[in-house]
Parts: sequence; C-alpha cells; structure tokens
Amino acid sequence: MDNAHNLDRKRFGAVFALMHRIRAFEEAAIAAQKEGLVLGAIHPSIGQEAVAAGVCCNLQSADLLLSTHRGHGHTLAKGADPLAMMRELFGRAGGTCGGKGGSMHIADFGVGMLGANGVVGANIPIATGAAHGLKLQGSKQIVACIFGDGAINRGPFLEGLNWARVFDLPVLFVCEDNGFSATTRTRDMTAGAGAAARAQSLGIPAVEVDGNDVLAVDAATRTAIDDIRAGKGPVLLHCRTYRITGHTAVDPALYRPADEVEAQRGNCPIARLGAALAMAGMEPDALAATAQQAVEEMTAIAAKARDTDWPDPMAAFSDVQDMGDPRERAF
Amino acid sequence: MATDTYLNAGRRAVIEEMQRDRAVWALGEDLGRGGVFGQYRDLQGMFGADRIADTPISEACIMGAAVGAAMTGTRPIVEMRFSDFALCAIDELVNQAAKARFMFGGQMRVPMVVREPIGMWRSSAAQHSQSLESWYTHIPGLVVVAPATPADNLGLLKSAIRNDDPVVYLEHKNLWGLEGELPDGEHLVPLGKADIARHGDAVTIVTWSGMRHACLRAAEALATAGIEAEVIDLRTLWPWDRETVFNSVRRTGRLLVVQEAVSVSGFGAEIAASVAEALHHELKAPIRRLGAPRIPVAYAPALEDRARVGDAAIIDAVRGLVAPCPAN
Repeated sequence: MDNAHNLDRKRFGAVFALMHRIRAFEEAAIAAQKEGLVLGAIHPSIGQEAVAAGVCCNLQSADLLLSTHRGHGHTLAKGADPLAMMRELFGRAGGTCGGKGGSMHIADFGVGMLGANGVVGANIPIATGAAHGLKLQGSKQIVACIFGDGAINRGPFLEGLNWARVFDLPVLFVCEDNGFSATTRTRDMTAGAGAAARAQSLGIPAVEVDGNDVLAVDAATRTAIDDIRAGKGPVLLHCRTYRITGHTAVDPALYRPADEVEAQRGNCPIARLGAALAMAGMEPDALAATAQQAVEEMTAIAAKARDTDWPDPMAAFSDVQDMGDPRERAF
Repeated sequence: MATDTYLNAGRRAVIEEMQRDRAVWALGEDLGRGGVFGQYRDLQGMFGADRIADTPISEACIMGAAVGAAMTGTRPIVEMRFSDFALCAIDELVNQAAKARFMFGGQMRVPMVVREPIGMWRSSAAQHSQSLESWYTHIPGLVVVAPATPADNLGLLKSAIRNDDPVVYLEHKNLWGLEGELPDGEHLVPLGKADIARHGDAVTIVTWSGMRHACLRAAEALATAGIEAEVIDLRTLWPWDRETVFNSVRRTGRLLVVQEAVSVSGFGAEIAASVAEALHHELKAPIRRLGAPRIPVAYAPALEDRARVGDAAIIDAVRGLVAPCPAN
C-alpha cells in the first residue's frame, strides 16, 4: 500500500470504527438470535463491511440510500440508530419501524435510508424513481442503491439501469457481490461477464473494485459520486467481497469448502484497514480500543433492546391506509 | 354543464390536478403521443416532457419508479395501458407500493395513482380484456376505484390523485366514448361513496364499472313489467360503501350482484358474503351473483360473448329473485 503513510487517519479512523460497529452489531444480532431474541431471519453482512462503509462515507446526510435484505451494515453506515435497529430485530416498541418490518424492512427516512427490501432487486426501480423524483424537483441530492450479485439476474436490474441512463438520473448502483445467490454460486447461474459488463452495455460507466479494500471502495465511490453530482448520470460500482456467514444466520453454508471460508477470513476488510492505519502510524492500542468500544456499544444495545416493551398490539391496525379502517368489522 | 366523454373527463381531471399541484406528474408508455387511447392528448405540450413522461416499455420500472418518486415528494400518475400489463409490475404494486407505509412503520406514504384500463372491448382476447379488481381489493394498503360515468371519472380521478395512499384506478375501455354531463368548476367525488344510479323497492342490484349501464338497461326493461330495481354503482371497491348497500338491501330484502369479472372469487363474492353475514334474517330470497364463467376472454365475437353478462341474464336473475317462493 504505497500511499499508506498518506492515509487520512481521521477519516479512515472513523471508517474503521464504523466497520467494527457493523461487525459488532451483526455479531450481537447473531448471539441474540441464538437466545431467541431475534424473532425472524437475519442475513448478516460479516465480511462485507468495506462496501457499506466505503460507499456510505461518501454520501451526504441528505443523500438517499436503498438497501437489501442484508442491509444492517448499510443502514448503520447511513447513520441510523443501532438501538432502534436492534429493537426492530427484536420486534420491540421503539424499533426503527415500530416492530412492523423486522430485519428485512428496516428503513430510517430521517437519515435518508429508504428501506431494506425483502425482494431481491426490487430496490433498483424504487431507487431509480427516487432519483427521478429528486431530479424533477431540481434537488442536488443523489441516490445510492446497493444490491447483491443475485439481483443482476432479475428483470428490474435491466429495467432500472436502462431507465436511469435514459433519464440521466443521479443514482449510484452498487453491486455488492458476495459470490452467492442465496445458497447457489452466482457465477454458475450468470451468463456473460457480469454486472459491470451489463451496465456498460447500457452506456453506464462501471468500475470493478476489490470490495474488501475499503480504500479502493472509497476512492471509486468518490470518483463516481463526483461524476453523478456533476450531472453525468448513473454509475455502477461492482464490489467483489465475500460473505463469511451463511445466507441467513442459521445457514451452516455447507455448500462451500471450509478452506475457502478460512482463506476469506484472512482477507478480512477490517483487518486490512487496520493494517493500513497501523502503517500510517496509528497505535495498536488505539486500534484495539476501537474494536473493543464497538463490541461494548452493541452488547449494551442488545441488553437495552431486550428490556424494551413489545409494541401495542393495536399498532397492527395502524399505518395501513387512510381509508377503510381495518379495525372496523370486516374491514 | 358541458357534455363530454368519459375519456375526456379523465383527461380534464389530470389537467386540473396538474395545474393545481406541481408535484403531480404522469409516467407511462406513449404519453407524449397522447397515450394508447388518447387520455393524455396534447398534455405533453401543455406540461412538458418532464411532467408527462414517456417511458420505456418497462412496467416493473414504471411502477417501481413511481414508488420511489412518491417517497421523494412527488405524486405520480402511473399509466399501465391495459390492466393486463400491470401484471408485469405486481411486485412493485403489491409488495412495494401497498406495503411500504405499514412495513416502514408509517414513516412515509406512497401517494400514487395507477391507471389500469380494464374490461372487454371488442375482439381484444385474453390478454387485453380482463377485469382483475378483486386481486387488488384483497391487498391491504390499496384503494381500488372503478368509475362508470364521465362525471365520476372526472371527480373520482381528482380525488384519487389527492389521496395519500396508492390508488388502483380502473377505467373501463368500453366506456371511453361514453358521453355525459360534466359539472363546471371543481368537481370532486369522494372515494368510498357509492352512487344510487336508480331507485327502486323490489330488488337491490349492486354493480360497478361497465356493468352499471347493463344493469340500468335491465332495470328499465323490468320497470315495464312493474318491477322496480334499485341499482347501486359502488364506484369505489375498496373501501366499499357498506352503508348504502346495507340500507338498500334492508329495504328490498333482495340482492343481485353483477360484475363483468369472472364470478369465482370475484369481488361480488365479498359483497354477497358481507350482506349474508349482516342481513341474513332480512333477506326474502337467496343472494344471487352474476359474472363471467371461469374462461379466458376469447377473440371471435361468438366466443367472446360467452364471457359477457348480458342484459337478458340480469333480467332473468331479477325475475327469479322477485318470484314468489314455490310452495313447500
């Protein structure tokens, strides 16, 4: 890493802390699920922290983000409150969505996070339309849309990218490629050269980066966003990473060899940034303290979430729609 | 009062609402050339290509983009061309538009109107003729509207555009040329309110969309035989006007539901069941439903007509309902 000594220690110290917080959140959530506190499925993003952190550290607070079923990291990186997120996972009052969404539907419109999504690729047209709406209103905001490698085989990927180019919309498409479409290797199910080539075929500039190198993700994102803010239309960023856990937290992922996973553990994006920060002169104690603080924060949050009340059952009937009150008989 | 068509009434609604509110815009295929039926004629010239937006043939993205655009402060009108094509965008409508407000804990709303022309026209066959309103009434989060007259198309579409939740707005293709009087000035028809299209005491006929007109013709024919039918046009299918329907059935004691859609699992079943549950002891005859047989709509007129509920079937059904019960 030639430029390690020139590393912006303040900026990447914060990125390093964010990546640790994402991992600690995921680990706390997995532990809580084993205790029965997380009620539904969760899709941890352990090993993929560089994508969330490297992309989102280039977004302004007014910019918008759309995420996937594996969205805890993205949501934290956009600035959502981890206690509200953990409460949402636990199905408690005060959750990000009041306990109505759970892990796969976390949204925090207050920080510009327009939603995780339970349907693969469904966020692509929505993100495209969000960018379309912003452009119609003359806004300077941009939209980032993170989706997985499996999503590029769904029709909305083609429809959304084509649309974004046709209307020159301010949207950054991020393919967070962890190699697996649920439990099947994406490469076995994908014709051609993949996400970047498909984007380029539509006239959308595309960049492929090592998604476990947060410095590379950051640099590529910054360049892409500069172009998007300059009015040049959409860009696609293809980040190759690896999912250390299974598809869900309870998936043992026996469909891949143990040595492959072990090798990828050695390619940990957090450790790689830590090494770069150490080379740039950050003290080992400070690096270790950052990790420890993240674990303590998320452990405390999980304990606090556990002590939170359940939502009022009548909340099941609110926020459906203005007309046709579902509390009335037969409505 | 001016006389105009059902199609132009919808066009006027869009013009008035776009002039009233800059957040309103329309997106869909061929809108710059007026839309497939001319509902948007000259509107791109009036409002510009940003607000009357031509889109790719990408139904999923049209619907999904509208969801995103609604989340960011605009009020899109989605044009689906034919309701049959909206099936390419069902995830975007059912899983996204209808669910977002609830799923995200009420943080935002999705104010959008999805115009989906429905119904049998002429030799349009199985993929351009369907009436799938019951699919949408089944989905929490959606409002479902099906206007039958020019004045209602004006007033209901304006109300739909002002609604803060997603509205599935089902215009009937066979009514585009139907003429009727349009009120001058602001004309809003409230969502959720039925229209008693004809008063009568012998039987209640509940219907909507294109079948309103068949029911009124049948009622006039029945009147010559001394049978006065009340015809209720629901106009809004969700939420439907239970009060108006129940009050009428309490008075007549007889209910016939008439729908163009396939009868099996059609919305008529919901009305029949609701009335049966609430008014069983006040009924003088078993509830009847009329609808299409469970066949796809065919192309050849002789085959297509097999899927139509004709005036004669309505007349026969009413006669059966008002006939004295056979002696035990």
